[in-house]
Amino acid sequence: MSAQTLYDKLWNSHVVRQEEDGTCLIYIDRHLIHEVTSPQAFEGLRTAQRQPWRVSSVVATADHNTPTDHWDEGIKDPISRQQVETLDANIKFFGALAYFPFKDKKQGIVHVVGPENGATLPGMTVVCGDSHTSTHGAFGALAHGIGTSEVEHVLATQTLVAKKSKAMLIKVEGELGAGVTAKDVALAIIGKIGTAGGTGYAVEFGGSAIRSLSMEGRMTLCNMAIEAGARAGMVAVDQITIDYVEGRPFAPTGATWDAAVEYWKTLVSDDGAVFDAVVELPAADIEPQVTWGTSPEQVVAIGARVPNPAAESDAVKKNSAERALQYMGLSAETPITEIAIDKVFIGSCTNSRIEDLRAAAAIARGRKKADNVKLALVVPGSGLVKAQAEAEGLDQVFIAAGFEWREPGCSMCLAMNADRLEPGERCASTSNRNFEGRQGQGGRTHLVSPAMAAAAAIAGHFVDVRQW
Amino acid sequence: MKAFTQLNGLVCPLNRANVDTDAIIPKQFLKSIKRSGFGPNLFDEWRYLDHGEPGMDNSGRPINPEFVLNFPRYAGAQVLLARENFGCGSSREHAPWAIDDYGFRVVIAPSFADIFFNNCFKNGLLPIVLPADVVDQLFRETEAGDGYRLNVDLAAQTVTTPSGASFGFDITTHRKHCLLNGLDEIGLTLQHADEIKTFEAAYRARQPWLFVE
Ligand code: SF4
Repeated sequence: MSAQTLYDKLWNSHVVRQEEDGTCLIYIDRHLIHEVTSPQAFEGLRTAQRQPWRVSSVVATADHNTPTDHWDEGIKDPISRQQVETLDANIKFFGALAYFPFKDKKQGIVHVVGPENGATLPGMTVVCGDSHTSTHGAFGALAHGIGTSEVEHVLATQTLVAKKSKAMLIKVEGELGAGVTAKDVALAIIGKIGTAGGTGYAVEFGGSAIRSLSMEGRMTLCNMAIEAGARAGMVAVDQITIDYVEGRPFAPTGATWDAAVEYWKTLVSDDGAVFDAVVELPAADIEPQVTWGTSPEQVVAIGARVPNPAAESDAVKKNSAERALQYMGLSAETPITEIAIDKVFIGSCTNSRIEDLRAAAAIARGRKKADNVKLALVVPGSGLVKAQAEAEGLDQVFIAAGFEWREPGCSMCLAMNADRLEPGERCASTSNRNFEGRQGQGGRTHLVSPAMAAAAAIAGHFVDVRQW
Repeated sequence: MKAFTQLNGLVCPLNRANVDTDAIIPKQFLKSIKRSGFGPNLFDEWRYLDHGEPGMDNSGRPINPEFVLNFPRYAGAQVLLARENFGCGSSREHAPWAIDDYGFRVVIAPSFADIFFNNCFKNGLLPIVLPADVVDQLFRETEAGDGYRLNVDLAAQTVTTPSGASFGFDITTHRKHCLLNGLDEIGLTLQHADEIKTFEAAYRARQPWLFVE
């Protein structure tokens, strides 16, 4: 057989049937569910009197709407509460392999919960009614977001109607500089190829800089693949992947483990495999990144200035840049390090894992947040991450520095709960989207890495962590 | 799902690139557990001058006269003309639900984000990709005068302007078939239930670790 890409292998092993126009039925191994995109799907099942095909593929949690403080008071917003209770009722009615409801000690952001429980395994197809499902591709899995109609389709049939994408390889060779993280790699890639650069592609991240990333770093990178327009991002399986999975609750054990590992080791692109597109980015060129606009592609290195739209020749891009500067309340040519901030958010499925919290805590340790920073919020990705961080004393480091230490959830990543920006407030955020209004109507978001966010909280404006 | 065959509809031009699904339907409206009723909050933050919350009476809210959807000349539009990478960001199907609920049946753009594009087809909404220069031309013609309408014919896969210029567009056979006939995709897939079962059994034998109960 000719040389295959990792994507070819994952795709081919899941094709149930294929129509003449290339439309396929793809078998789905893991279905992650949360409260926002599932109620209409369950309702659809009920209306049509259909049963879920295989409930043991379902892992569910409540994360988008849940508050991050005063858990004893429950969910105050009645509409949010109704949505979370609807999920409780649906899982109770239909069943699931695992459910981590509001207040459960393993509850958390769906993309943090899946991997840490071993519910995401190499070689799987993973779907969820959430675009950041691309995160799970870090395990050498084929993972992508789906809409609610597809959530219902997967529940009812265990398959998805899909057409194969083209394959792209994004290669980052060399060594990342000190203070440069997976988040910076992700933003630098999006800055280079644009938010639509990956549209129509399944992206594999390769090269020595990617192979040297931890699983947390690989998840951050694959998480942001969707912001480059790619539905799926993935990293080949290696010993780092296998070591991470071993011993997790839903990971296989004994002889099954050995058989699984033997198979997982084949989940790499073969030598000579052909990609439809290849993008190369030398690791040494990547610096800590800060977005300045309202799209993740509007990003520059920390040492740069806010770009001048006048220098943009493409009319549509120029118009977007002018609109973005107006929304962001920024003037062209301002040095990024002179931009003062009002709030800091460390969290989200991009950067709320233990390694992210360690990186932020290392900066905050022994320092104090600046007076102009009204709120520095640290929201762990899950109850397990929270417990681990507390065992390491990271909560105390943050609290001593004047940061707030909260309960897990999506929080100010999308501001569906009470955590949000007020109009005009400027935030250094470790999340993934700087869209208008994303973190609260009129709020201004700058995407950065956890260390950069913590440093901005201390300084009161953006600073280069490499100089700390 | 409702079928789509042919439409002669008024065009509304939304001249922005990278319109994301957070803009199409802001998150506070995602708390609904229903599939309908999102139309009044389509583009809420651009359309109204105040902050919208679910359950508000939208008829009394201050509207933003500068936002294109509020121009009287585009009232009743059924074709949304947009720029590149339309529908990027969150996978929320509430975005096509809101666009559909408002009354649009077709969205035309030079490119769409994958998930949004896919979600449209599940809801009887037709997203059409046309070359950037054609979209440019349609923007110019729409903005040039009142009452600009496009004729969209799914069977023929054409978009025709009032002057008779016609542009072809691509769509997969599967999607076209489902849309033309308003088919329920789940029902269609379940016709292959035996094939899925056969696949599943063989697959389970190969990778038993994926089938923890
Ligand atoms: S943390 Fe943000 S991006 Fe991630 S699942 Fe939650 S809302 Fe979506």
